[in-house]
Amino acid sequence: METLSLLADGFAVSLLPINILIVVIGVTVGLFIGAMPGLGSVNGVAIVLPLTFIVPPTSAIILLAAIYYGAMYGGAISSILLGIPGASTAVATTFDGRPMAQQGKAALALIAAAVGSFVGGTISVILFTLFAAPLAEVALAFGPAEEFALVLLAFTTFVGLGGDDILKTVVMICLGLALATVGLDMISGQPRLVFMDLPGFYAGISFLVLAIGVYGIGEVLWTIEQSKTAPTVTPAKVTWAEFSAGLRILRRCWKTMTSGSLIGFFVGMLPAAGATPAALMAYGIARSSSKSPETFGKGNVEGVLAPETANNAASTGSMLPMLTLGIPGSPTTALLLGGMVMWGLTPGPMLFIEQPDFIWGLISSLYTANFAAVIVNIALIPVFVWALRMPFTVLCAVVLVLCIVGGFAPNGKMHDVWLILGFGAAGYLLRKAEYPLAPLVLALVLGPLMEKSFRQTLIAEQGDVFAFFQRPLSGTFMVIALLLFLFPVFKRLRDARRKPSLAE
Amino acid sequence: MLKSESLIALGLMGLSAYFMYYAVALPIGWVEGSGPGGGAFPFWLSFIMFLASAGILIKSLRTAAPSEPFFDPDMIGQVASVMAALVVAVALMPLLGTYIALPAFLIWYLKFYGRHGWVLTGSIVVGTLLVLFFFFEVTLRILMPKGITEPLFFPLYRIFF
Repeated sequence: METLSLLADGFAVSLLPINILIVVIGVTVGLFIGAMPGLGSVNGVAIVLPLTFIVPPTSAIILLAAIYYGAMYGGAISSILLGIPGASTAVATTFDGRPMAQQGKAALALIAAAVGSFVGGTISVILFTLFAAPLAEVALAFGPAEEFALVLLAFTTFVGLGGDDILKTVVMICLGLALATVGLDMISGQPRLVFMDLPGFYAGISFLVLAIGVYGIGEVLWTIEQSKTAPTVTPAKVTWAEFSAGLRILRRCWKTMTSGSLIGFFVGMLPAAGATPAALMAYGIARSSSKSPETFGKGNVEGVLAPETANNAASTGSMLPMLTLGIPGSPTTALLLGGMVMWGLTPGPMLFIEQPDFIWGLISSLYTANFAAVIVNIALIPVFVWALRMPFTVLCAVVLVLCIVGGFAPNGKMHDVWLILGFGAAGYLLRKAEYPLAPLVLALVLGPLMEKSFRQTLIAEQGDVFAFFQRPLSGTFMVIALLLFLFPVFKRLRDARRKPSLAE
Repeated sequence: MLKSESLIALGLMGLSAYFMYYAVALPIGWVEGSGPGGGAFPFWLSFIMFLASAGILIKSLRTAAPSEPFFDPDMIGQVASVMAALVVAVALMPLLGTYIALPAFLIWYLKFYGRHGWVLTGSIVVGTLLVLFFFFEVTLRILMPKGITEPLFFPLYRIFF
């Protein structure tokens, strides 16, 4: 009941005309960014974040969350019309979305994607509302030891569950954490890692600089290399008949949508998982539980619904640990977290006590963002069809200029712009060599918290390392983290033992 | 010939060694009673990174080179030229000013690299200039570097500030 009244207070904030306007602008921008092949929510948020200083923090985060949502909806558009995922989160949408478009059912696929996204988004926001306050309450008891254990747990999920090369994941986490230590040592106040004595490094390396470099410049370089062959746009016309036919089909598919939402929400909460694996899992489950699994991959509407509900639910799910624990569940929420720190807010349970207007305004804006996104999405389908014909070079040019200016704007230093170019080139090369970039960005955002909580605990406990294991909560986190870290080792041992027996 | 994979692993090893070299300026050991010193975090993390990238290097030396090249030979020239153009544009920003460097980049990118017409190129350049000035400088009060073109802006400053 208390949650409901808090949510009602939140709506008083999010239904202000200015915030409704911001939500509509945000989802529209997000839809376009998501619809562009190659650019997804994380790119959109990285590029737009430096421009949000113009509005107060509550509106800024509502804008960014709306872009996040819009991009999740938009990813499906190019998956269906071009056959190229608009963002990695929409990969699974191409499996059935593309065949549907080729059979002339592009409009139906687009409507299914939009409505599926809406259902996934809404179910997950309701779950979010229910879980947020209790989780924050638990998190209030966290001291530095628990914070450290939780951050460690977040990183070990990448090692244990990430699916990328483990050594490469470890390199990226350590690189991000090492970059986070550049600047002044927070305990002694002494400068460290001031490379080549450049004064710009005294202020540290902002997560924004890394994010714009990797997700802005790096992404454009990557896309230029991929854009050898120009894709063809499938035309789509939405009529009322199509629209009502779409809604009728959707009524049959509530089971697929519910399971997609639940998978998305819970998988999305894990830092290493997120929307892409959630969408793939939801697709797999929808296919295996279907009565006619052979129609999947050939244009089954459920093959569009399952991943689209899941990836939207995952984007909401990934915000839950970010807001309640201060640990982001995805690279995009890592950027939101970095933004909140920049605006002077400390993400975590204290926000629920100190800034209830902010928190509940944001949560309620997720409901309005879902409404706005589904309406804007369906209304603008003709515009997206037109926009996807836009030559790719125009988009790249605008993004590159925005990266340069957006990198300069927050601190007014050319030093940052040079770093962005460096990170862009490095990010492009690392991505080509299949190094995962998400743990790098997460590590840079969480690095200061990790070091601070580690050293604070040790100072308080006179250097006793076992302090982390003695408190019940942090001890549990530490044990799970260690198990996750050792999980790949166990797996390899087991595989190694099996192989000789196969050879015999 | 070393593979690109091995070269990148070598580069990361070099980078972590470079970090370690800087990290030892502060105590990297255990300070009795208060835990690790100020250099410990960057040093030992870089150390782990060094070991992990050495592992990647060893692994890549053991496996055969992949059949397809690391870079797409048709496209790498384009990627490199865009990167070079970006470096030139950023280098020119503090000298000739943002309002010359960025339009020059856009004209190169759209007209000569993207082979678009002058109308499209021109409208994007003009649009960018207007957004830069009115959004960043006038609304957000962020002054972009102007270099030698600074005096040209004095009359505009007088109008808008």
